[in-house]
Amino acid sequence: MEPIIAVRDLRKIYHVGEVDVHALRGVSMEVPRGEFVSIVGPSGSGKSTLFHVIGALTSITSGQVIVDGQDLSELSDSERTRLRRQKVGFVFQRYNLLPTLTALGNIEIARYFGGKSGPLEKDFLEILRLLGIEHRLHHKPRALSGGEQQRVAIARALVNRPAILLADEPTGNLDSENSEAVLSLLRDLNHRFGQTILMITHNPEAAAFADRIIQMRDGRVVQPA
Amino acid sequence: MINRLVIENLKHRRLRTVLSALSIGFQVTMILAVAGLSRGMLEDSRNRAKGVGADIWIKPPGASAISLTGASMPQSVLRYFREVPHVKLATGTAVQPIGGISTITGIDYGEFVAMSGPFRFLDGGPFQSDDDVIVDQYYAEQQKLKAGDTVTILNHQWRVCGVVEPGKLARLFVRLHRLQELTNSEGKLNQAFLKLDDPARAQEVIRYLKSQPELTGYSIYSIEEFLSMFSMSNVPGLQAFIYVIIGLSLIIGFLVVGLTMYTTVLERTREIGILKALGASPLDIVGILVRETVVLAVAGWITGILLSLGAHWAINTQVRANLQSEIVPDWWPIALAVSLIASLLGALYPGLRAARQDAIEALSYE
Ligand SMILES: Nc1ncnc2c1ncn2[C@@H]1O[C@H](COP(=O)(O)OP(=O)(O)OP(=O)(O)O)[C@@H](O)[C@H]1O
Ligand SMILES: [Mg+2]
Repeated sequence: MEPIIAVRDLRKIYHVGEVDVHALRGVSMEVPRGEFVSIVGPSGSGKSTLFHVIGALTSITSGQVIVDGQDLSELSDSERTRLRRQKVGFVFQRYNLLPTLTALGNIEIARYFGGKSGPLEKDFLEILRLLGIEHRLHHKPRALSGGEQQRVAIARALVNRPAILLADEPTGNLDSENSEAVLSLLRDLNHRFGQTILMITHNPEAAAFADRIIQMRDGRVVQPA
Repeated sequence: MINRLVIENLKHRRLRTVLSALSIGFQVTMILAVAGLSRGMLEDSRNRAKGVGADIWIKPPGASAISLTGASMPQSVLRYFREVPHVKLATGTAVQPIGGISTITGIDYGEFVAMSGPFRFLDGGPFQSDDDVIVDQYYAEQQKLKAGDTVTILNHQWRVCGVVEPGKLARLFVRLHRLQELTNSEGKLNQAFLKLDDPARAQEVIRYLKSQPELTGYSIYSIEEFLSMFSMSNVPGLQAFIYVIIGLSLIIGFLVVGLTMYTTVLERTREIGILKALGASPLDIVGILVRETVVLAVAGWITGILLSLGAHWAINTQVRANLQSEIVPDWWPIALAVSLIASLLGALYPGLRAARQDAIEALSYE
């Protein structure tokens, strides 16, 4: 079966003023459909940048990235928009909730862009319950703790049933109990629905929830020793 | 959903929203006040002209139709008019500016009342001496005058003998010969009025008068023609003035909304990035900003209408003798169009900028 994500010799250079930052220096990897992968590596090794590329949030400098059969460098702007809407759910390292909307509003606007409206689906309500945020839905992000915001961001990323979930440190701000709940949820989604999940984490225990661990260093994938 | 986001965004920056709407409101008020004043003052002039009760209105050579002063005609011409077939009554007035846009009018009381019907006195009564002045209610209210008070006009002390209902040619009346003496224009009139035995014959009489060599250069109007001249397009410069006001409103609205939207886009760079990451297209982003702009413009428009109603009330109660204003609902759509156009133009550049931003660049914005 064709992998859902295929990355070949991916390079990404950020231009910051006069300086060039080589964030990715030739990354190659494949993720088969339905796999749960952890990505680990020191700070600055390019993990988030890789996610941004796969999520079609930023352009690449060279190389090839194929997501669900589509070569990203060949996509038009509107095709990239459609990919963001329908194929990937993104949990940002810094949550990135819209401050003017409530938690529920944040979820609903993602759903709106995904092309759905009406009452939330039953199994999504179950996800909200598992995340433990059903009673916090009518609060604005400002009134939520970091951990709560993080779980809202996870719910928002899942609301459109994306083919790929990209979760950038989804347990970074959670206590061990909530961390455990989120990780179990992810594993459950992976087992029950064959949800493809890529998760960045610094925590070895969290990484161990995944089927496979990919290690990054200095903008490259290094095979685990 | 998008509408909810728009409303929440506007509520989030409440003060800025209110200030932007207010400044659009002031431009709308400016347009409506100018239109309302123009129309109100023209309407008031028309009513007062109508109140004379004449069928034909005659101005001497060199006089402009609407301004009441300047050129003059000899008083003896009235005798000539009275000989013209079908003319029942003829009278004339002298008009003197007394500062600002106010004027004082000299009348022959008997002739004037015969033509326009009796004055309706709210206080006092007709002239008793040559130094009496009759004022209308608006002037009396504005100047806080009542019968028996003295006023100084044209360096002369007058006694207010009566206060009358407004709507008869002028606001201040004195005896004709007294005004002529004071202004060194004995035997001269600024305008003459004719009343016919049958108003339907007005055109016939006008044709006759115009064919008389003695009256070459005189302007002769039927009352309908004369009244029709009190329209916005007939007052020199008024149309242009209104265009200037509209133009200024457009520019100010453009700048205010442009600035508001520009700061909005800058400060919301991150939120715009999030929306894009959630799958918003550039068009969606522009759509959100356009809706916010339209809400601002409409809120400003409503504010402007309310303010203009306030201005209308203030003008008509405080300075009724000098300024009259009317409510001009037919200008409301024009004002709405002006505020919408100005706001949308203002939002154009910030909107395009926001739409083009790279999502991740936006997200790493602090
Ligand atoms: N928008 C950007 N503009 C310029 N440089 C950037 C940008 N984003 C990331 N970088 C740089 O690219 C490199 C990789 O950053 P990235 O965020 O991918 O690392 P990371 O592995 O996610 O680190 P962390 O574990 O701390 O989140 C870093 O040197 C970073 O400074
Ligand atoms: Mg990172």
